[in-house]
Amino acid sequence: MSAPAAPEKKEKISVPFDYNKYLRPNKLPHIWCPGCGHGIVLKAMLRAIDKSGFSKDQICVVSGIGCSSRTPGYVDFNTLHTLHGRALSFATGIKLAKPELKVIVVTGDGDALAIGGNHFIHTCRRNIDLTVLVFTNAIYGMTGGQYSPTTPMGSQATTSRYGSIEKPFDACEMAKASGASFVARGTAYHTLELEKTIHEAIMHKGTSVVDIIDACPTYFGRMNKYKSATHMMEVLEKDGTVSVKQVDKLPPEKVQGKFLRGVLHKDERPEYCEQYASLIMEKAKAK
Amino acid sequence: MAEKKKKLLQGNEACVEGALYAGCRFYAGYPITPSTEIAEGMSVRLPKLGGKFIQMEDEIASMAAIIGASLAGLKTLTATSGPGFSLKQEAIGYACLAEIPCVVINVMRGGPSTGYPTGPSQADIMQAKWGTHGDHPAISVTPAYVQEILTETVRAFNLAEKYRTPVVVLYDEIVGHMREPITMPAPGEIEVVDRAKVTCKPEEYFPYDDKYEVAPLAPFGTGYRFHVTGLNHKQDGFPTNDPKIIRENNERIMRKIENHKEDIWKNEETFLDDAEVAVFTIGSTARSARYAVNEARKAGIKAGLLRPLTIWPFPDRAVAELAKKVKAIIVPELNLGQMVLEVERCSRGATKVEGIHRVDGEPITPAQILEVIRKYK
Amino acid sequence: MSSRYEIRFSGSGGQGMILAGIIMAEAAAIYGDKNAVQSQSYGPESRGGASKAEVIISSQPIDYPKATAIDCMLAMTQEACTKYHKDIKEGGILLVDSDEVKEFPQGKFRLLKFPIINTAREELGKTIVANIISLGMIAELTGVVTHEAIEKAVLSRVPPAFLELNKKALQIGFEKAKTLK
Repeated sequence: MSAPAAPEKKEKISVPFDYNKYLRPNKLPHIWCPGCGHGIVLKAMLRAIDKSGFSKDQICVVSGIGCSSRTPGYVDFNTLHTLHGRALSFATGIKLAKPELKVIVVTGDGDALAIGGNHFIHTCRRNIDLTVLVFTNAIYGMTGGQYSPTTPMGSQATTSRYGSIEKPFDACEMAKASGASFVARGTAYHTLELEKTIHEAIMHKGTSVVDIIDACPTYFGRMNKYKSATHMMEVLEKDGTVSVKQVDKLPPEKVQGKFLRGVLHKDERPEYCEQYASLIMEKAKAK
Repeated sequence: MAEKKKKLLQGNEACVEGALYAGCRFYAGYPITPSTEIAEGMSVRLPKLGGKFIQMEDEIASMAAIIGASLAGLKTLTATSGPGFSLKQEAIGYACLAEIPCVVINVMRGGPSTGYPTGPSQADIMQAKWGTHGDHPAISVTPAYVQEILTETVRAFNLAEKYRTPVVVLYDEIVGHMREPITMPAPGEIEVVDRAKVTCKPEEYFPYDDKYEVAPLAPFGTGYRFHVTGLNHKQDGFPTNDPKIIRENNERIMRKIENHKEDIWKNEETFLDDAEVAVFTIGSTARSARYAVNEARKAGIKAGLLRPLTIWPFPDRAVAELAKKVKAIIVPELNLGQMVLEVERCSRGATKVEGIHRVDGEPITPAQILEVIRKYK
Repeated sequence: MSSRYEIRFSGSGGQGMILAGIIMAEAAAIYGDKNAVQSQSYGPESRGGASKAEVIISSQPIDYPKATAIDCMLAMTQEACTKYHKDIKEGGILLVDSDEVKEFPQGKFRLLKFPIINTAREELGKTIVANIISLGMIAELTGVVTHEAIEKAVLSRVPPAFLELNKKALQIGFEKAKTLK
């Protein structure tokens, strides 16, 4: 019933890493725009999965709807592309039905925090063993650039032409408050750090949420006067974030208004499927 | 052989028995009157059988979770009523297109909106067919007796597995909450269809293999790594924009039901051989109708009853044949006119079709039906 | 039995009227040799408001599950009595709790009055078994189920600690009903 032991691989990642081992033949090129951060995140995810030691048959990747949610189509695992906002609910069904699967949910900020917001907080509350990767680009890309629940106030989008007047969500604060036992943030810019963070999330038992800041140059970038994709990465991901490891060493003015990167919260508490397994042990015996 | 022990069970309790008999081992749901007893029963029974129960945060999540669990290889169930059935529709459409077997119970209560939660209704008949967007296959079974809720729930699971599609069990609050003595079927007494096993090599497996009308579905995590999406897809499960493939797949998911209506249909006929006036209805209304038809016969009126236990696909042939034989088909239903439209369509003007409709939360009584039967004696 | 025998239990939510209906149906169909169908209607709230449970008993299969012409009705509150008495058939029985029901409906049925709740309080110290007393009374008055069947049905539905209490309640019901005959 429990997840198989996933031995930590001793050897270092071979350079260059063979992504083809995990990518489905003939499914590329992907749909993502030039400069989009999703491809970088996908690669970090594949390296983290490789390092985790789980076999391709043991991994299940589930997504909702949106640009990031196209990820499952490209990767050679058990893959499920579901409905807008509902990836976590489908994933909960899969995980509870078959706890031996390692289920990774790939979702966007609109998918996870707006239409799927209710599922997001309740998944965290249950602490079911799902790894949730939220690709946060502060925009609805697939529908052409509308503001999302993480769009910063004042930002332009096709539905906030006069600047957004809504306060954005912080996915990590929300996950932590809702009870997720592993909460972290990474960016596409800090790609090696992201790989490590995703790996740690996968190895964690319980709901693990990684909020991943990556850029949408096509919509968010163009509408908010960023010069290029690299410019966006520098401003939003490199300069817009601070590692939790450095935060104590920096003066407050260098931290203010920036997102923290790294593992922001971790605790050990009972995992949902394990609790259910003990319930079955107890009740099946008592029958 | 000793006579089997009878038990007094509520309709919703019989549904739990039927689901477990069929091998259901996963339930996800959200509390809603008048279906909640099903969730309560499953929450107690499933862990004892090694199965899983989860109360989700809403109806949408419940529907999504049973589709996920079905992909992991389990027979899965959710139960709901009116407003919850509306919320589940998007995911029901997903299960139709992605061809994921699962069973949805809808214990019909008064609507629209929150309506009359404790009152009976049969106003979701059209929703069971047309609730989700897009053309899609639909199977709905309609038990009327407590014993029948058990057997029809088993049949719903069988049809879901056989045709790889969601199946809706529709019954009204009266049938769901009434208690009748029933006998529990012994193992093997009722047919149970299990999911077709995949035997090919993983590299040769297609989840929508066009060699089949209904391809076998491999559970996730068994070495057959494949892709499932709610987008129009090819036989390998990956999205496509190819008009020919989109058309063929959309037609196939309808055809797989349409071509097997004989297998899916189930009608109960009472006194139809020499009937001059017939009643067509389901659920608790069919119970009133049977009472009324019996009374009519006592009074020398040649009345009969056609009671479908499968309402979708609609029993078009049975209605067409009946229409040629009788002076009228009376369609009592707890709504303002749903089945009656189908009966009119299938009768093609061959007979008079008259509806009896009631939406005040009270049952259609035998007396109401008898009064209309008398008009056609 | 010719065709249908119809019983309606009515009172307010929380008085155990639905349980009484279930027990009566089990007495007839599980511990007796008849068919029975039990149904109910109630508001969405679990307590208060008028509630009713109906039991149809027959030696034949039962199609229509609701009452059409009631042979025996119990009313534990004024509201239930006023709301639900209309379907009692000519010659039928209306049994009311005489402390609760003060306005008696008119009709060609036998009106029987008895302080059921107060008897439960006085003789057993527990008003919660008023519904069991009423079951005993109805079994005795109508003869639709045997004393043995109703006792088996009651005892199968109550927790072991309350077996004696319920047995006594049922017995009191049988005895008191005899005084009304």
